[in-house]
Amino acid sequence: MNDTSQTATPTLEARGISKYFGAVTALEEVNLKVMPGEVLGVVGDNGAGKSTLMKVLSGLHPASKGQLFVSGQAVHFHGPRDARNRGIEMVYQDLALAGNMRIDENIFLGREQLRGGIFVNHQANARKAQEHLDKLKIHVKSVSQRVEELSGGQRQAVAIARATAFDAKVVIMDEPTAALAIKEVRKVLDLIKDLKNHGVSVILISHRMDDIFYVCDRVMALFRGRNFAEAQLGQTDRNEVIGWIMGNKQQSTETSKNHDLN
Amino acid sequence: MATSSPSATSAREQSLHVRLMPIIDRYGVLLVVLGMILIGYALEPKVFLSFLNVSNIMNQIAFNALLALGVFIVIVTAGIDLSVGSILVLSMMTMALMAHPEKLPAWVPDGVRASLMTILPAPWYVLILVPPIVGVICGMVNGWGLTKLRLPHPFIMTLGTLNIFRGVSNLISGGVPISDLPEQVRWAGYEKIALTPDIDIPASLLVLIVVFGLMSIFLNHTRTGRHIYAIGGNPQAARVSGINVDRTLVIVYALCGLLAGMSGLLLAGRTNSGFPNAGLGQELDAISAVIIGGASFFGGRGNVLGVFAGALVIGIMRNLLNLRDVPVFWQQILIGIIIILVVYFDVLRRKAGSGREA
Repeated sequence: MNDTSQTATPTLEARGISKYFGAVTALEEVNLKVMPGEVLGVVGDNGAGKSTLMKVLSGLHPASKGQLFVSGQAVHFHGPRDARNRGIEMVYQDLALAGNMRIDENIFLGREQLRGGIFVNHQANARKAQEHLDKLKIHVKSVSQRVEELSGGQRQAVAIARATAFDAKVVIMDEPTAALAIKEVRKVLDLIKDLKNHGVSVILISHRMDDIFYVCDRVMALFRGRNFAEAQLGQTDRNEVIGWIMGNKQQSTETSKNHDLN
Repeated sequence: MATSSPSATSAREQSLHVRLMPIIDRYGVLLVVLGMILIGYALEPKVFLSFLNVSNIMNQIAFNALLALGVFIVIVTAGIDLSVGSILVLSMMTMALMAHPEKLPAWVPDGVRASLMTILPAPWYVLILVPPIVGVICGMVNGWGLTKLRLPHPFIMTLGTLNIFRGVSNLISGGVPISDLPEQVRWAGYEKIALTPDIDIPASLLVLIVVFGLMSIFLNHTRTGRHIYAIGGNPQAARVSGINVDRTLVIVYALCGLLAGMSGLLLAGRTNSGFPNAGLGQELDAISAVIIGGASFFGGRGNVLGVFAGALVIGIMRNLLNLRDVPVFWQQILIGIIIILVVYFDVLRRKAGSGREA
């Protein structure tokens, strides 16, 4: 496929992933890899298999066929917890936050610090949550606010903070900007760039070409559950990528460049 | 604690309304209790706040409060347990039968009867453990059923066991009351603890305080306790966080069963018997106390103190109406009205809440 990353080991690699739901083929022999500090955009039409692929990568669905590698090591995930233990985190489209709970509780949900082996150490969790939010330059009034009191962008930020609280190697984001106000989109995208600068790999699913072309290093397209096309961002353009989403590879780069100028 | 930029803190967030909301949210029902105490004192100044009457109220609400506490943790997970009244009677009758094996019904085969007679009647320190154990087993049946059989809603499973547990209870006892229990077994539901020669408190109040205190610590300060709230808030979030949702739910229904069993122990102690109609319809009083106490039917909301207050509201009202010689039928009507009003206020609060969010 692409040439730039032959020497280094990918943080996460999927080889020949197939996923069947009964008679339905959701994924067929899909390959994917993402390098340290790389932002990979994944595009595709509805039903192209993006979300299924991400659920396989994050351990929510087992693959029917194929193999996953984390930093070159073959892995098997039996659930999201296995994937998280390997440093693979997912930010879900519906955010997967508990609105009735505090920000710090959401960030550490399922991984609470304990005191004496039994009691949740609320103070330590709150302090660590605050430090982590500060590191990501995310501002909230207080970590003891309930998540349901936050705006959409703040919630997305909390979801990202949650995904990166434990030295994540790979953060997978499913349409992180879809539900946000314009002002908040930029903040989330800058957050992704920040992760990249910290050496974290990011896989970004998005329909928005603006997002893809603002943060990604490389973009790959799925079409009907298969790998369709892939390119470094500098070697393609919006119209070509949009063509891929619609299953169209014939469009010449010349014409699409012209379209872009218009 | 909070290091936020001042510009991010808008006037909206600072308004009094917003700051008051969580307080009313949390302690609103205590205001209702306070109001009822004032009304009670105004109507019956001599009797209502007398030591005897207060202790009486506590003794009467104790078994409903324990049932309600169990139903509460189930409702926190956005579930429901309709079977608590039946768990109560089954645990109570099992204990009564183990104290009086001669009351085993005629259908029990002679061989079984003879072998049971060799180990029964059980000593009091065994009897006292029977209701909680029966309760936990019943609760685990509920939890297992709704997680393994994947029934669409806990309502279905517990509606089934509501019938099953009561049926079993009638079957093993022949549907007749069994009275006279050992003194030690009756202690929690019957005895009074003398603080001074003049002042004594019911043992059931002590049991309530300990159990409610432990439950509050469990829910607020242990991992499983917090996960129970998380499941109520967003089960999907809990699942993808690696929380074992099914296991947690089984724990929740088992705890609910445990409390229903303990409630059966209190009621058996108070009445010195096991009787087949015990707990009939009691699940609705328990649910009422939980809802009046501010828990949300949609899960994730409410606290232990609210449950206690909810049970207290029902108890005080019953007591007041009895003191005023108001017929029992009016009590039903009034409880119904209070439930609707309290939830209506909750709806208003939610509307105000979503207005804030926009």
